[in-house]
Amino acid sequence: MVAPIVQYKNVRKAFGDVEVLRGINLDITPGEKVALIGPSGSGKTTIIRLLMTLEEPSSGVIEVNGENLWQMKKGNKTFPADEKHLRAIRGDIGMVFQHFNLFPHMTILENCMLAPTIVKKKEKATVRATALEMLDKVGLADKVDLYPSQLSGGQKQRVAMARALMMKPKVMLFDEVTSALDPELVGEVLEVIRDLAKSGEMAMILVTHEMDFALDIADRVLFLNEGVIEEEGHPEEILVNPKSERLQEFLSRFTSSR
Amino acid sequence: MGSIADISLVLLSGLKITLIVLILSIIFSTLIALIAGLSRVSNNWLVSGFTGFYVEIFRGTSLIVQLFWFSYALPGLFNIHLGSDVWVAVLAISLNYGAYMSEIVRGAIQSVPAGQTEASIALNFTGFQRMRYIILPQAIRMMLPEYGNYIIQILKATSLVSLIGLTDLLYYGNIYRSTHLSEAPTVYILILAVYFLLALPLILLTRKMEKVAKKGVVHG
Repeated sequence: MVAPIVQYKNVRKAFGDVEVLRGINLDITPGEKVALIGPSGSGKTTIIRLLMTLEEPSSGVIEVNGENLWQMKKGNKTFPADEKHLRAIRGDIGMVFQHFNLFPHMTILENCMLAPTIVKKKEKATVRATALEMLDKVGLADKVDLYPSQLSGGQKQRVAMARALMMKPKVMLFDEVTSALDPELVGEVLEVIRDLAKSGEMAMILVTHEMDFALDIADRVLFLNEGVIEEEGHPEEILVNPKSERLQEFLSRFTSSR
Repeated sequence: MGSIADISLVLLSGLKITLIVLILSIIFSTLIALIAGLSRVSNNWLVSGFTGFYVEIFRGTSLIVQLFWFSYALPGLFNIHLGSDVWVAVLAISLNYGAYMSEIVRGAIQSVPAGQTEASIALNFTGFQRMRYIILPQAIRMMLPEYGNYIIQILKATSLVSLIGLTDLLYYGNIYRSTHLSEAPTVYILILAVYFLLALPLILLTRKMEKVAKKGVVHG
């Protein structure tokens, strides 16, 4: 048994009086592809935002490579993590957002080059070569000098993936990355993710509404409902032979709308 | 017609002080606005609270009274002397307009979408790098049009410095008028014309800045 790269131990998260996550336990092994499905408001996105340090858990522990993400030890006392501690650990995590969040004042190439040059302090020429290679891989070799506003949604999302990949994360988080796209642009983005999934040792956690896609690339599917993992297992099990009533109901909404 | 040339010559001797006060005030008010604007969005409540106090005090009282305070009240009350009158004027104008302009800085920083901050965290930037490379470059282009407006206002505010005895454009105009009472209309028309000529490049600059801001990207 390989040691997990990410572990959630009884993680809870409340926004004010609303408890969004109510005790999440989850292990991700290196290279594993996990799909998170569930109705909106079930806490899928919050799970990955906690790992990306965009949101702080109310209680529980999240570990990355066995290190406690949100608490740090000094001597034998524990303190809430400071910025330095978070930065040391989240270098292994990358994220692609629903609304791309590209930097609008920079070209595509500059978007991809900025973090490796100023965060990892790598040499500019090397970074440039890698960035061009990465953009070629996502099919945007001819767009590198354009600005984000000059691209379609699907192209923007592919840039966002290239930009995140430049930091060589060990775990990549995908937050409903096709939800903001026009239907005809969804395919090109899924194609890139599929290639990543097939080729990489990178672990991936995907929050998605694309059930066929989840079935195709995921090693494991988790069904979230009202802040708990209601059912989990191999994609076939979950999507083809759902056990719980809630999951059956949830999936039927998808088939009926097709 | 001879008097127009005479008056112009007299006014010209005041132009130097007007320009010095203008340029120094633009530089210092811009610096103060940036520092105060950044401080107001700071997570440290002491820093943001103190800056908020400064901004409200200087926005809420009149510039001319502030000029008198720095010039007459502070030296008299606390024996604080701020150096030459030019520096007194520059300090008062810069603190006053810096307070106003810091609100543009704060507003612009806060209007950069949260997604930009989130993407910067996901790429593991430090807080400083995030501000320097992502937030400020976008905020600055949003500030530009209003910034231009304030620069023009600063020019007009410099005319107040004659009231603390600085020998600027208006001061020389008033001196001339006091000895040539019948020429008062000519004097003040010429003064208006000179201020307008000084404002003209600033107006054009503001227009240009508006265009840059509209483009969406600074170098696009």
